[in-house]
Amino acid sequence: MFFIKLVIRNAFRHRLRTCLTIAGVAIAILAFGMLRTLVGLWYVGVESSSASRLITRNAISLIFPLPIAYAERIRQVPGVKTVSYGDWFGGIYIDEKHFFASYAIEPERYLDLYPEFILTREEREAFVRDRKGCVVGKKLADKYGWKIGDLITLKGTIYPGQWEFALRGIYRGKDKGTEERVLMFHWDYLNEVLKKTVPARADQVGYYIIGVTDPARAAEVALDVDRTFKNSLAETMTETERAFQLGFVAMTEAIMIAIQIVSYVVIVIIMVVAANTMAMTARERIPEYATLKTLGFGTEHIAAIVFGESVFISLLGGVLGVLLTFPASHWIETELAQYFPYFSVSRATIYIDLATACGIGAVAALFPTWRGATIRIADGLRRIG
Amino acid sequence: MAIPCYYSFRNLWTRRLTTVLTSLGMALVVFVFAATMMLAEGLQKTLVETGSYDNVVVIRKSANSEVQSGVERGQAAIVESLPEVATGPDGRPLLDKELVVLINLTKRGTDKPANVVIRGVGPDGLALRPQVRLVAGRMPRPGSAEVIAGKNIAERFQGGGIGESIRFGMRDWTVVGTFSAGTTGFNSEIWGDVDLLMQAFRRPVYSSVLFRLRDSSAFEGARELIEGDPRLTLEAKRETRYYRDQSEQMATFLRILGISLTLVFSVGAMIGAMITMYAAVANRITEIGTMRALGFGRLSILAAFILESLLLGLTGGMLGLFFSSFMQLITISTMNWQTFSELAFNFTLTFGIVWKSLLFSLIMGLVGGVLPAFRAARMNIVEALRAS
Repeated sequence: MFFIKLVIRNAFRHRLRTCLTIAGVAIAILAFGMLRTLVGLWYVGVESSSASRLITRNAISLIFPLPIAYAERIRQVPGVKTVSYGDWFGGIYIDEKHFFASYAIEPERYLDLYPEFILTREEREAFVRDRKGCVVGKKLADKYGWKIGDLITLKGTIYPGQWEFALRGIYRGKDKGTEERVLMFHWDYLNEVLKKTVPARADQVGYYIIGVTDPARAAEVALDVDRTFKNSLAETMTETERAFQLGFVAMTEAIMIAIQIVSYVVIVIIMVVAANTMAMTARERIPEYATLKTLGFGTEHIAAIVFGESVFISLLGGVLGVLLTFPASHWIETELAQYFPYFSVSRATIYIDLATACGIGAVAALFPTWRGATIRIADGLRRIG
Repeated sequence: MAIPCYYSFRNLWTRRLTTVLTSLGMALVVFVFAATMMLAEGLQKTLVETGSYDNVVVIRKSANSEVQSGVERGQAAIVESLPEVATGPDGRPLLDKELVVLINLTKRGTDKPANVVIRGVGPDGLALRPQVRLVAGRMPRPGSAEVIAGKNIAERFQGGGIGESIRFGMRDWTVVGTFSAGTTGFNSEIWGDVDLLMQAFRRPVYSSVLFRLRDSSAFEGARELIEGDPRLTLEAKRETRYYRDQSEQMATFLRILGISLTLVFSVGAMIGAMITMYAAVANRITEIGTMRALGFGRLSILAAFILESLLLGLTGGMLGLFFSSFMQLITISTMNWQTFSELAFNFTLTFGIVWKSLLFSLIMGLVGGVLPAFRAARMNIVEALRAS
């Protein structure tokens, strides 16, 4: 009890210095938590993707199409329940700054395969019936103020021309991680226009989506599908949706690794600041430590006082940082919704934040503790200032 | 004025451990600042240098990159007949009709695929790009399934080295040479014969047409001819401009990321400097009083402490720059979202980054030191001398 009191009293002797240190640690913990969440978001597409859906694409790379005739042959592969297909459209709305994902899809079975896109029955039927219809996610509709029945015009980058769609439905995501910034329209519409303008590019799809009867056999089915098209003009590459997404993420991994490294750098920076503070504090109090030793306190007591003070201060900073994390992430979620549709800090991040704060305090205290504890009484008392 | 300045300088030296720790904090911030700037700069430099000012890239209208574009043979022939196209030494137009597609290759040592650009070039492909030269092996024989790989591909991707082979389009393609293209983006490409590759990929159309201008100032004329011709659905860009457009989004992303990160971090470092400077003032109350008694004015004291903190910042800045200059040895390889393809680039240190980093470190020092310096300057002589 006496020690705790001493530690707290000591911590607030230099009120300004302690407050500055606490603020420093709080900012570092805040930044660390935010960066960790940001890196986690990068992988959110992977986590929300299903392991029971397979994606089949051209083996050369994603930019090469597959013939539409493959749909029937894939359906005959044992273990395949549903097959649907789509194509990355890559249309531009207004200008490049307003970019969002757009796909040409085969509507009925596609929506069956993606139960996480929630549409009302009427909206779904209206979309399936209207060849020039499209559906968009709620976030996208909110951003541009679209209402059902509106006409949306996209400029094609891969398929040239102006493409007009009538909005037939606005879907909501089943959970927070579901992408709600996508526009989907009928592949048939795209194909019919292509048949007239560029017949060579018609009757081709970008990828197939396969629903399997038994998720446990997904790997087997994938191999079977690829074997079917081996040594054909368009060989296929089939993998689970999760692996497919992971491949995408891996392509930009270098940047994520950089952000991760940077998030550790911020911890090191603040460790240096805290170590500096503790070194100064210990230097000023050397005569006191000598006095305490004279009174009969042992080395371990002095060590506990210095160490405890350091951990106490940085833990205070850590708690403050964690408390600030919530309003900060809320702010990002509302103000930067365009880039981060959802930004929620996980429980694990908070625990890691607090552990890191303790770590900062412990490392910062190492040198001063050793110095305070090993000082010889006579030397300590002789020292001035 | 000389003595207080000398005094600050001596002080930093006497309290070495604190000085080092404080400036180390700032050094790390400057390091992060400089490194992210260098990354954005390196990306942009790589892509901008990839183009030559006198070359013109022709792609399909509204296609953002060569990969998305398609130029029919007939259209390519019309472009070839433009009077603005320079003539080569053999009397034919200096123009290359190219195919650009992406293939999946696996990086060495991992099983992670990446999108690699494979470019089908014609006979003038090399003449139009003087920065590209063969460093090992030989050029592909015309009409055979041989390709040459850029330096970064040869080092980083399975099947990219000389003698290895890559499988696509139902046949194996042997790598017979490695080329280097200075610091440009071509280092991340694979080149082969355009006609063979079009066959292999079953693409009846070219992706782009590249030509040298007869006269550098004739670009506007050529552009109007191409974009105004009703038979063509193409657009023309100077090659430099084309590549700059491709790096814009990612470079902006890196810059914004870098600046927002360093702003947050610098708050931490400034707090560190403030703590140090407050302690420096508190420990030296008697000395400050003595100097005031000797006749140095408040302004001199203020200047001395601000100078001390500026020096602290400068030391940190220089340390940070010193460490970040080593980053130039590192090559980053990642996907450029705009082209959807793999690109390798280096951290690049420029004079602009150097002075921005140093200025940034001085500002950190100033902000951290200004309040403590005012406290020192406002001190009452008698009370300061009385303090133990």
